[in-house]
Amino acid sequence: MINAVGREIPDEILRMTGKEPFQGNSYKEGVPFRRYAPIIRPVMDNTHNKMVKDIHEALVKCKAHNGMTVSFHHHFREGDLVVCMVMEEIHKMGLKNITLAATSLGKAHDALVPMIEDGTITSIQASGVRGKIGEAISHGKLKNLAIMRSHGGRVRSLVTGETKVDIAFIGAPTADEYGNLRGVGGKSNCGVLSYSHVDGDCAEYVVAITDTLVPFPNFPAHISMTKVDCVCVVDAIGIPEKIATGAAKPTTDQRKLMMAEYCTQVVVNTPYFKDGFSYQTGVGGASIASTISLTKIMEERGIKMGFGVGGMTKPMCDLLDRGLCRVLLDTQAFDLDAVTNILNPKHHRITAGSYANPFNKGAFVNKLDYVILASLEVDVHFNCNVVVGSDGIITGAQGGHPDTAQGAKCTIVICPLLQGRIPAICSEVTTVTTPGESVDIVVTDYGVAVNPNRPDLLKALEEADCVPLKTIEQLRDEAYAITGVPNPVEFGDRIVGIIEARDGTIMDVVREIKD
Amino acid sequence: MNPAENPNKKRLRRSMMFLNAQKPGLIKDPYVYGPDSIMLDLEDAVAVKEKDAARFSLYHALQEIDYRGVERVVRINGLDSDLWEEDILCSVAGGCDSIRIPKTETGEDVKKVEAVVEEAEKRFGREPGSVLIMAALESAKGVLNALEICTASPRLFGIALSGGDYTKDLQTSITGTGVELMGARQHMIIAARAAGVQCFDTVWTNLNDMEGFRKDVETIKMMGFDGKSIINPRQIPIVHDIYTPSQKEIIFAEKVVREIDEKSAQGIGVFTVDGKMIDIAFYDGAKRTLMLARAAGKYKGDL
Amino acid sequence: MEILKPAVAGTLESSDCMVTVEPGQGKVNLDLDSSVMRQFGPQIKKVIAETLARLDVTDVNIRVVDKGALDCTIKARVEAAVYRSNDIRKDIPWGGAIK
Repeated sequence: MINAVGREIPDEILRMTGKEPFQGNSYKEGVPFRRYAPIIRPVMDNTHNKMVKDIHEALVKCKAHNGMTVSFHHHFREGDLVVCMVMEEIHKMGLKNITLAATSLGKAHDALVPMIEDGTITSIQASGVRGKIGEAISHGKLKNLAIMRSHGGRVRSLVTGETKVDIAFIGAPTADEYGNLRGVGGKSNCGVLSYSHVDGDCAEYVVAITDTLVPFPNFPAHISMTKVDCVCVVDAIGIPEKIATGAAKPTTDQRKLMMAEYCTQVVVNTPYFKDGFSYQTGVGGASIASTISLTKIMEERGIKMGFGVGGMTKPMCDLLDRGLCRVLLDTQAFDLDAVTNILNPKHHRITAGSYANPFNKGAFVNKLDYVILASLEVDVHFNCNVVVGSDGIITGAQGGHPDTAQGAKCTIVICPLLQGRIPAICSEVTTVTTPGESVDIVVTDYGVAVNPNRPDLLKALEEADCVPLKTIEQLRDEAYAITGVPNPVEFGDRIVGIIEARDGTIMDVVREIKD
Repeated sequence: MNPAENPNKKRLRRSMMFLNAQKPGLIKDPYVYGPDSIMLDLEDAVAVKEKDAARFSLYHALQEIDYRGVERVVRINGLDSDLWEEDILCSVAGGCDSIRIPKTETGEDVKKVEAVVEEAEKRFGREPGSVLIMAALESAKGVLNALEICTASPRLFGIALSGGDYTKDLQTSITGTGVELMGARQHMIIAARAAGVQCFDTVWTNLNDMEGFRKDVETIKMMGFDGKSIINPRQIPIVHDIYTPSQKEIIFAEKVVREIDEKSAQGIGVFTVDGKMIDIAFYDGAKRTLMLARAAGKYKGDL
Repeated sequence: MEILKPAVAGTLESSDCMVTVEPGQGKVNLDLDSSVMRQFGPQIKKVIAETLARLDVTDVNIRVVDKGALDCTIKARVEAAVYRSNDIRKDIPWGGAIK
């Protein structure tokens, strides 16, 4: 069946997953559902001890079994040690057919590939997969479908009960013996635990893993003892220098600076740029440069930001410190400045659910004016691909891309026209991860294109005469004139993964790569 | 075409960016940064053992890359090498717009290059007179011979100071103050104007000191230079910003051009615009202001 | 042209390619490794074959390691390697065999 972004979703996949094809952003608006709740085993005994001596004991206590689903967060990013540590123990116990439901997987988890090959891990659900696991999935090594879903979509899948987590492992920079967990302090400080809240709410068993045990109560707790079954102390849960690096030096690459300037001009010349506007941006060189140049214009015009949301970086924290932003709503700390800035009382932690879950009574993304995003590819329908490389290999993550793109009033995607010889602006993206209806403006080094479904934004930018405006087709044609028309990547027949839309429908499928 | 009448001789050259002709990543799309000219370098940037490979790279780039109206100058190797003639053949065959002669010392140097360019135009079927020449002055002798160099060939559109070698020849170095360059700059701009050609300043190499760069460009603009040689695309917006006339200057220039067109038709020679005495001598300057404004996107009129 | 001795041109930087030629065994034998093989493999092979044909090279072992070079760069590197194998650095037939 052809879905709303023109992608063929084979009936076999619809049958196998019980899912519907994507039918547009508002398809599930207002459709009621009952929230899933896990089984709780009451603890009234005041001598009850939650401490376990190792992960093995935690697994036994939490009834680890073949075919179970285990979950993890990615707040330790490239420095994560928790996923591999737990999976190794599961592997040692000889358990099979495990579903790995992580918020995201990356290069820190390359060591899991042999467990995919030997049938320990047979299903993966994540925002996306970088590194060797992505390659393994694209080469058909995972037995079942990989499901790639956005941060908001993941929360939806847990609160609807679509994904039932048997054991959630929450790496916590600090914990007390009764399971009060905080994202700050300790040896592996990551600032926040936003992505794990829903696991605390929905998993059958919750295991806290920490390398820094602190006296009870570890308070205010980011995840409460009321949700935690076991606490396990290990030597190290993360590699600090890989969790949060020093703030990225502002880029000196003129191409990125140009795209940043175009992006800033787009922001300040569209109607939402007024006192109290809201804003989210990423960690790319152009995004950071754009935030810096935006700051100057905000100061000149006396315009303050109402809130900044999402993953945080130094330039966003600087806005807060200089009184140019009312509050920051943090889901992830991208650099050390963001980790320490969270001590500012106006720098708040929010959960992934309140950030981006499409299935609650309204998330922060719905209140966004601007979001600045990146993309591996954008096609002439404004569809974005942030998961599958142009060579057909799974190499990225949805993150909050589809969530913020849908929510924001003005979604800006920054994308250089060419990645080496690969045209990033193309006729059809390899895989659709964010639908074109969510994307308003594409900023490239060769010019800026506005989605024809936003004539209001086009008019504002034409009147301001501030950026070189082109159509998306013009950009594609310029790219192809330079590189030549790329051959479509040849895929095998087997479907190895699905890209899930925020609402749980199928946006696209990912096929096995042909060698 | 009579090279003296080649319309490209007087084109706008605020920013002339050096690029190593041997680096595909640099030469594939520098036009996105919006320089007025690029100078594809076969000389200092290219290692001796890569001179041959650089020419093939240059030739195909000139043939196949659409530089979107950016002037394509090639800096050839010095006339004291055995490389420069092949450099010119490759460049002219490839379709370059201009040749930059390094280390020019005399009018004779320009004439030597002119002869090979002329020969190459014939051999490769280029329109005679279509390939222009610029001369870089890199020594005390070259600077002192500026006028002779400027008038050596009708193909010569301008001279450029090359401060690194020049200051070594003076037995000093680039100080960042501009003191060591003062005499050469003053002498060269006077010679260039006397000969009716353009004049370009030397590069600024300290990319960590963008404020110093800005001051440097402001200085040479005040002195009358047409533009600056640059080494990094980050320098382009600064140069263009400084060479962009203010709104007030643009409005005034527009009035001057209109009034002179009108009044000279009526046979009136001297008159006032906004209380200032104006005559025909203001015409070229006003036209140039409008050209600079148009290049910066600040003037959309038709004058 | 004959390939008289092994020769190399180009680099492994992004947007470049490294071309190595050696005397062959009676035919053109191409070994191509490209970072954009899936999208541009056939096009790159075509450019290499056409360039060799223009130079009248019919007997060569040629290895190309491509890092996303455009066609103009691939041509330039193949030509540079072939001319180097003949120690020719002057009087290149610009606009003739080179075009």
